[in-house]
Amino acid sequence: MAETIMYIAASIAMIGVFTAMMRFIKGPTVADRAVALDCLTVISISLIVLVGLFAKRMIYIDVAMIYGILSFIGVVAIARYLEGGL
Amino acid sequence: MQRVLFIILLALMLTGLYAAWTHTTVEGNILILFIAALVISALFTTRKRFIPLEPKRIAYAIAYIPYMFYAIIRANFDVARRVVQPTIPINPGIVEVRTKLKSSIGKTVLANSITLTPGTLSVDIRGNRLFIHWIDVRDVEEKGATEDIVRGFERFLEVIFG
Amino acid sequence: MGAVKMIGAIISLMGSIFLFLGALGVLRMPDTYNRMQAGTKATTMGSILTLLGIGIYHLPWLPQSLILIMFITATNPLSSHALARASHFSGIPLTEKTVVDRLREEYEKDEAAVSKEGENE
Repeated sequence: MAETIMYIAASIAMIGVFTAMMRFIKGPTVADRAVALDCLTVISISLIVLVGLFAKRMIYIDVAMIYGILSFIGVVAIARYLEGGL
Repeated sequence: MQRVLFIILLALMLTGLYAAWTHTTVEGNILILFIAALVISALFTTRKRFIPLEPKRIAYAIAYIPYMFYAIIRANFDVARRVVQPTIPINPGIVEVRTKLKSSIGKTVLANSITLTPGTLSVDIRGNRLFIHWIDVRDVEEKGATEDIVRGFERFLEVIFG
Repeated sequence: MGAVKMIGAIISLMGSIFLFLGALGVLRMPDTYNRMQAGTKATTMGSILTLLGIGIYHLPWLPQSLILIMFITATNPLSSHALARASHFSGIPLTEKTVVDRLREEYEKDEAAVSKEGENE
Protein backbone atom coordinates (compact mmCIF):
# COMPACT_ATOMS: atom_id res chain seq x y z
CA MET A 1 0.00 0.00 0.00
CA ALA A 2 2.69 2.47 1.05
CA GLU A 3 4.74 1.55 -2.00
CA THR A 4 1.77 2.24 -4.30
CA ILE A 5 1.47 5.76 -2.83
CA MET A 6 5.20 6.25 -3.49
CA TYR A 7 4.66 5.28 -7.13
CA ILE A 8 1.74 7.73 -7.38
CA ALA A 9 3.95 10.47 -5.89
CA ALA A 10 6.65 9.74 -8.48
CA SER A 11 4.09 9.94 -11.29
CA ILE A 12 2.78 13.31 -10.05
CA ALA A 13 6.33 14.66 -9.90
CA MET A 14 6.87 13.33 -13.43
CA ILE A 15 3.80 15.27 -14.64
CA GLY A 16 5.41 18.31 -13.01
CA VAL A 17 8.57 17.69 -15.06
CA PHE A 18 6.51 17.71 -18.26
CA THR A 19 4.68 20.89 -17.19
CA ALA A 20 7.95 22.70 -16.53
CA MET A 21 9.32 21.30 -19.80
CA MET A 22 6.46 23.01 -21.68
CA ARG A 23 7.53 26.36 -20.25
CA PHE A 24 11.14 25.49 -21.13
CA ILE A 25 10.14 24.97 -24.78
CA LYS A 26 7.69 27.91 -24.94
CA GLY A 27 9.56 30.50 -22.83
CA PRO A 28 9.86 33.74 -24.81
CA THR A 29 13.11 34.92 -23.19
CA VAL A 30 16.33 33.35 -21.92
CA ALA A 31 15.42 34.17 -18.30
CA ASP A 32 12.13 32.25 -18.62
CA ARG A 33 14.01 29.21 -19.83
CA ALA A 34 16.51 29.55 -16.98
CA VAL A 35 13.64 29.69 -14.45
CA ALA A 36 12.10 26.59 -16.00
CA LEU A 37 15.48 24.84 -15.90
CA ASP A 38 15.92 25.71 -12.21
CA CYS A 39 12.45 24.32 -11.46
CA LEU A 40 13.15 21.20 -13.53
CA THR A 41 16.38 20.38 -11.72
CA VAL A 42 14.83 20.76 -8.27
CA ILE A 43 12.01 18.40 -9.26
CA SER A 44 14.58 16.01 -10.77
CA ILE A 45 16.53 15.82 -7.49
CA SER A 46 13.43 14.46 -5.74
CA LEU A 47 12.72 12.13 -8.67
CA ILE A 48 16.26 10.73 -8.68
CA VAL A 49 16.00 9.93 -4.96
CA LEU A 50 12.60 8.30 -5.56
CA VAL A 51 14.04 6.18 -8.38
CA GLY A 52 16.88 5.19 -6.07
CA LEU A 53 14.30 4.15 -3.49
CA PHE A 54 12.51 1.93 -6.01
CA ALA A 55 15.80 0.41 -7.23
CA LYS A 56 17.09 0.06 -3.61
CA ARG A 57 20.43 1.62 -4.56
CA MET A 58 22.01 4.11 -2.16
CA ILE A 59 24.35 5.54 -4.79
CA TYR A 60 21.43 7.42 -6.39
CA ILE A 61 21.25 9.80 -3.44
CA ASP A 62 24.87 10.82 -4.10
CA VAL A 63 23.94 11.34 -7.74
CA ALA A 64 21.10 13.63 -6.61
CA MET A 65 23.48 15.69 -4.44
CA ILE A 66 26.02 16.17 -7.24
CA TYR A 67 23.22 17.00 -9.67
CA GLY A 68 21.96 19.67 -7.26
CA ILE A 69 25.42 21.22 -6.88
CA LEU A 70 26.00 21.26 -10.64
CA SER A 71 22.58 22.76 -11.41
CA PHE A 72 23.11 25.48 -8.79
CA ILE A 73 26.46 26.42 -10.31
CA GLY A 74 24.94 26.29 -13.78
CA VAL A 75 22.05 28.61 -12.91
CA VAL A 76 24.39 31.09 -11.21
CA ALA A 77 26.63 30.99 -14.31
CA ILE A 78 23.62 31.73 -16.56
CA ALA A 79 22.70 34.63 -14.28
CA ARG A 80 26.24 36.02 -14.48
CA TYR A 81 26.11 35.71 -18.25
CA LEU A 82 22.79 37.61 -18.43
CA GLU A 83 24.25 40.38 -16.29
CA GLY A 84 27.17 40.65 -18.70
CA GLY A 85 29.84 39.77 -16.14
CA LEU A 86 31.06 36.57 -17.79
CA MET B 1 41.06 32.03 21.16
CA GLN B 2 37.62 32.65 19.71
CA ARG B 3 38.95 31.62 16.32
CA VAL B 4 40.33 28.29 17.57
CA LEU B 5 36.95 27.48 19.13
CA PHE B 6 35.22 28.31 15.84
CA ILE B 7 37.62 26.16 13.81
CA ILE B 8 37.09 23.17 16.10
CA LEU B 9 33.30 23.60 16.05
CA LEU B 10 33.25 23.87 12.25
CA ALA B 11 35.49 20.81 11.90
CA LEU B 12 33.22 18.81 14.22
CA MET B 13 30.21 19.85 12.17
CA LEU B 14 31.85 18.88 8.88
CA THR B 15 32.93 15.52 10.29
CA GLY B 16 29.41 14.90 11.57
CA LEU B 17 27.93 15.72 8.17
CA TYR B 18 30.34 13.41 6.36
CA ALA B 19 29.81 10.57 8.83
CA ALA B 20 26.03 10.95 8.50
CA TRP B 21 26.30 10.99 4.71
CA THR B 22 28.45 7.88 4.36
CA HIS B 23 27.21 5.94 7.46
CA THR B 24 30.83 5.28 8.43
CA THR B 25 31.59 4.09 11.98
CA VAL B 26 35.31 3.15 11.69
CA GLU B 27 37.34 5.22 14.20
CA GLY B 28 40.43 5.60 12.00
CA ASN B 29 38.29 6.85 9.15
CA ILE B 30 36.60 9.47 11.31
CA LEU B 31 39.94 10.60 12.79
CA ILE B 32 41.46 11.21 9.34
CA LEU B 33 38.27 13.03 8.33
CA PHE B 34 38.48 15.23 11.40
CA ILE B 35 42.08 16.21 10.63
CA ALA B 36 41.13 17.06 7.04
CA ALA B 37 38.14 19.06 8.31
CA LEU B 38 40.44 20.98 10.70
CA VAL B 39 42.71 21.97 7.81
CA ILE B 40 39.75 23.05 5.68
CA SER B 41 38.14 25.11 8.46
CA ALA B 42 41.46 26.75 9.31
CA LEU B 43 41.78 27.77 5.66
CA PHE B 44 38.26 29.16 5.35
CA THR B 45 37.76 31.08 8.62
CA THR B 46 39.84 34.14 7.86
CA ARG B 47 37.43 36.83 9.04
CA LYS B 48 38.75 39.24 11.62
CA ARG B 49 35.54 39.64 13.59
CA PHE B 50 33.62 36.69 14.96
CA ILE B 51 30.08 36.75 16.26
CA PRO B 52 30.42 35.84 19.96
CA LEU B 53 28.64 32.66 20.98
CA GLU B 54 26.10 33.74 23.59
CA PRO B 55 23.21 31.63 24.92
CA LYS B 56 20.69 34.32 23.88
CA ARG B 57 21.83 34.26 20.25
CA ILE B 58 21.70 30.46 20.11
CA ALA B 59 18.19 30.42 21.63
CA TYR B 60 16.96 32.95 19.06
CA ALA B 61 18.65 31.00 16.25
CA ILE B 62 16.83 27.83 17.33
CA ALA B 63 13.53 29.70 17.65
CA TYR B 64 14.06 31.12 14.15
CA ILE B 65 13.83 27.66 12.51
CA PRO B 66 10.15 26.90 13.38
CA TYR B 67 9.22 30.53 12.61
CA MET B 68 10.83 30.16 9.18
CA PHE B 69 9.16 26.79 8.61
CA TYR B 70 5.75 28.26 9.42
CA ALA B 71 6.43 31.09 6.95
CA ILE B 72 7.42 28.58 4.23
CA ILE B 73 4.20 26.60 4.75
CA ARG B 74 2.08 29.77 4.56
CA ALA B 75 3.95 30.82 1.40
CA ASN B 76 3.19 27.51 -0.27
CA PHE B 77 -0.50 27.54 0.43
CA ASP B 78 -0.53 31.14 -0.85
CA VAL B 79 1.19 30.09 -4.10
CA ALA B 80 -1.07 27.04 -4.48
CA ARG B 81 -4.17 29.19 -3.98
CA ARG B 82 -3.04 31.64 -6.67
CA VAL B 83 -1.93 29.04 -9.21
CA VAL B 84 -5.07 26.90 -9.32
CA GLN B 85 -7.52 29.76 -9.91
CA PRO B 86 -8.74 30.32 -13.51
CA THR B 87 -7.62 33.96 -13.60
CA ILE B 88 -4.48 34.38 -11.48
CA PRO B 89 -5.08 37.08 -8.81
CA ILE B 90 -1.85 39.11 -8.85
CA ASN B 91 -0.98 42.74 -8.25
CA PRO B 92 2.81 42.69 -8.65
CA GLY B 93 5.45 45.37 -8.27
CA ILE B 94 8.98 46.01 -7.04
CA VAL B 95 9.13 47.93 -3.76
CA GLU B 96 12.00 49.28 -1.70
CA VAL B 97 12.56 48.36 1.95
CA ARG B 98 15.20 49.33 4.47
CA THR B 99 16.96 47.02 6.93
CA LYS B 100 18.71 47.84 10.18
CA LEU B 101 21.10 44.87 9.90
CA LYS B 102 24.77 45.80 9.47
CA SER B 103 26.65 42.54 8.84
CA SER B 104 26.64 40.98 5.38
CA ILE B 105 25.81 37.49 6.72
CA GLY B 106 22.74 38.98 8.41
CA LYS B 107 21.65 40.63 5.15
CA THR B 108 22.19 37.36 3.26
CA VAL B 109 20.01 35.39 5.67
CA LEU B 110 17.36 38.15 5.56
CA ALA B 111 17.28 38.13 1.74
CA ASN B 112 17.05 34.34 1.63
CA SER B 113 14.24 34.36 4.20
CA ILE B 114 12.35 37.03 2.25
CA THR B 115 12.58 34.89 -0.89
CA LEU B 116 11.06 31.90 0.89
CA THR B 117 8.13 33.74 2.51
CA PRO B 118 4.67 34.53 1.08
CA GLY B 119 4.65 36.52 -2.12
CA THR B 120 8.06 38.19 -1.89
CA LEU B 121 11.28 37.73 -3.85
CA SER B 122 14.43 39.75 -3.22
CA VAL B 123 15.73 41.18 -6.50
CA ASP B 124 18.58 43.53 -5.61
CA ILE B 125 20.43 44.90 -2.59
CA ARG B 126 22.19 48.25 -2.34
CA GLY B 127 23.73 49.12 1.02
CA ASN B 128 20.90 48.83 3.53
CA ARG B 129 18.13 49.05 0.92
CA LEU B 130 16.59 45.88 -0.48
CA PHE B 131 14.44 45.78 -3.62
CA ILE B 132 11.65 43.24 -3.30
CA HIS B 133 9.36 41.86 -5.98
CA TRP B 134 6.00 41.61 -4.26
CA ILE B 135 3.26 39.54 -5.88
CA ASP B 136 0.43 41.42 -4.13
CA VAL B 137 1.49 45.01 -3.39
CA ARG B 138 -0.35 46.28 -0.34
CA ASP B 139 1.80 49.37 0.29
CA VAL B 140 3.84 51.22 -2.33
CA GLU B 141 5.67 53.44 0.16
CA GLU B 142 8.93 52.38 1.75
CA LYS B 143 7.79 52.62 5.40
CA GLY B 144 4.67 50.46 5.10
CA ALA B 145 6.43 47.87 2.96
CA THR B 146 9.26 47.63 5.50
CA GLU B 147 6.76 47.10 8.30
CA ASP B 148 4.97 44.42 6.31
CA ILE B 149 7.90 42.40 4.93
CA VAL B 150 11.04 42.85 6.99
CA ARG B 151 9.92 43.51 10.57
CA GLY B 152 9.07 39.92 11.50
CA PHE B 153 12.49 38.58 10.53
CA GLU B 154 14.46 41.52 11.87
CA ARG B 155 13.16 40.82 15.38
CA PHE B 156 15.10 37.54 15.31
CA LEU B 157 18.05 38.43 13.08
CA GLU B 158 18.95 41.60 15.01
CA VAL B 159 19.58 39.47 18.09
CA ILE B 160 21.31 36.63 16.23
CA PHE B 161 23.75 38.64 14.11
CA GLY B 162 23.46 41.91 16.05
CA MET C 1 6.60 -0.44 10.85
CA GLY C 2 3.75 -0.35 8.35
CA ALA C 3 2.29 2.79 9.91
CA VAL C 4 5.65 4.63 9.75
CA LYS C 5 6.02 3.69 6.07
CA MET C 6 2.49 4.93 5.42
CA ILE C 7 3.23 8.32 7.07
CA GLY C 8 6.38 8.68 4.97
CA ALA C 9 4.52 7.82 1.78
CA ILE C 10 1.76 10.35 2.49
CA ILE C 11 4.32 13.11 3.24
CA SER C 12 6.04 12.28 -0.07
CA LEU C 13 2.71 12.44 -1.89
CA MET C 14 2.01 15.92 -0.45
CA GLY C 15 5.50 17.03 -1.48
CA SER C 16 5.05 15.79 -5.03
CA ILE C 17 1.73 17.68 -5.27
CA PHE C 18 3.59 20.87 -4.27
CA LEU C 19 6.29 20.09 -6.86
CA PHE C 20 3.59 19.78 -9.51
CA LEU C 21 1.93 23.04 -8.38
CA GLY C 22 5.30 24.81 -8.63
CA ALA C 23 5.73 23.56 -12.19
CA LEU C 24 2.15 24.63 -12.98
CA GLY C 25 2.94 28.08 -11.58
CA VAL C 26 6.02 28.29 -13.81
CA LEU C 27 3.79 27.48 -16.77
CA ARG C 28 0.83 29.73 -15.96
CA MET C 29 2.20 32.93 -14.40
CA PRO C 30 2.34 35.98 -16.69
CA ASP C 31 5.96 37.18 -16.42
CA THR C 32 9.45 36.03 -15.44
CA TYR C 33 9.41 37.35 -11.87
CA ASN C 34 6.04 35.84 -10.97
CA ARG C 35 7.15 32.54 -12.48
CA MET C 36 10.24 32.70 -10.31
CA GLN C 37 8.08 33.25 -7.22
CA ALA C 38 5.98 30.17 -7.88
CA GLY C 39 8.96 28.14 -9.03
CA THR C 40 11.16 28.84 -6.01
CA LYS C 41 8.69 28.62 -3.15
CA ALA C 42 6.62 25.65 -4.22
CA THR C 43 9.56 23.55 -5.40
CA THR C 44 11.54 24.25 -2.21
CA MET C 45 8.65 23.11 -0.02
CA GLY C 46 7.86 20.23 -2.35
CA SER C 47 11.38 18.85 -2.30
CA ILE C 48 11.61 19.32 1.49
CA LEU C 49 8.44 17.25 1.99
CA THR C 50 9.32 14.61 -0.63
CA LEU C 51 12.82 14.02 0.74
CA LEU C 52 11.57 13.99 4.33
CA GLY C 53 8.94 11.45 3.33
CA ILE C 54 11.55 9.26 1.67
CA GLY C 55 13.69 9.50 4.81
CA ILE C 56 10.78 8.39 7.00
CA TYR C 57 9.73 5.66 4.56
CA HIS C 58 13.23 4.17 4.42
CA LEU C 59 14.81 5.15 7.76
CA PRO C 60 18.50 4.38 6.92
CA TRP C 61 18.34 7.19 4.36
CA LEU C 62 17.10 9.82 6.82
CA PRO C 63 20.53 11.49 7.44
CA GLN C 64 21.20 11.87 3.73
CA SER C 65 17.69 13.23 3.16
CA LEU C 66 18.18 15.83 5.89
CA ILE C 67 21.52 16.94 4.41
CA LEU C 68 19.89 17.24 0.97
CA ILE C 69 17.05 19.29 2.51
CA MET C 70 19.57 21.64 4.13
CA PHE C 71 21.39 22.00 0.82
CA ILE C 72 18.22 22.75 -1.15
CA THR C 73 16.88 25.31 1.35
CA ALA C 74 20.25 27.09 1.27
CA THR C 75 20.84 27.16 -2.50
CA ASN C 76 17.37 27.50 -4.06
CA PRO C 77 16.67 31.09 -2.90
CA LEU C 78 20.23 32.07 -3.85
CA SER C 79 19.94 30.87 -7.42
CA SER C 80 16.53 32.48 -7.88
CA HIS C 81 17.84 35.76 -6.44
CA ALA C 82 20.77 35.69 -8.87
CA LEU C 83 18.41 35.00 -11.77
CA ALA C 84 15.95 37.75 -10.72
CA ARG C 85 18.72 40.33 -10.41
CA ALA C 86 20.24 39.34 -13.74
CA SER C 87 16.94 39.38 -15.60
CA HIS C 88 15.95 42.77 -14.17
CA PHE C 89 19.39 44.11 -15.04
CA SER C 90 19.21 42.84 -18.61
CA GLY C 91 15.86 44.62 -19.02
CA ILE C 92 13.34 41.79 -19.19
CA PRO C 93 9.95 43.55 -18.84
CA LEU C 94 7.45 43.08 -16.02
CA THR C 95 3.82 42.29 -16.78
CA GLU C 96 1.31 45.09 -17.59
CA LYS C 97 -0.42 44.57 -14.26
CA THR C 98 2.69 45.86 -12.45
CA VAL C 99 1.91 48.61 -9.94
CA VAL C 100 5.32 50.03 -9.12
CA ASP C 101 8.97 49.44 -10.06
CA ARG C 102 11.33 51.19 -7.65
CA LEU C 103 14.41 49.46 -9.01
CA ARG C 104 13.86 50.88 -12.52
CA GLU C 105 13.61 54.37 -10.99
CA GLU C 106 16.88 53.64 -9.20
CA TYR C 107 18.64 52.71 -12.46
CA GLU C 108 17.32 55.90 -14.09
CA LYS C 109 18.73 57.94 -11.17
CA ASP C 110 22.12 56.26 -11.67
CA GLU C 111 22.11 56.97 -15.38
CA ALA C 112 21.15 60.61 -14.78
CA ALA C 113 24.05 60.98 -12.32
CA VAL C 114 26.50 59.44 -14.82
CA SER C 115 25.37 61.71 -17.69
CA LYS C 116 25.57 64.78 -15.42
CA GLU C 117 29.18 63.93 -14.57
CA GLY C 118 29.91 63.63 -18.27
CA GLU C 119 28.50 67.12 -18.90
CA ASN C 120 30.61 68.66 -16.13
CA GLU C 121 33.76 67.26 -17.65
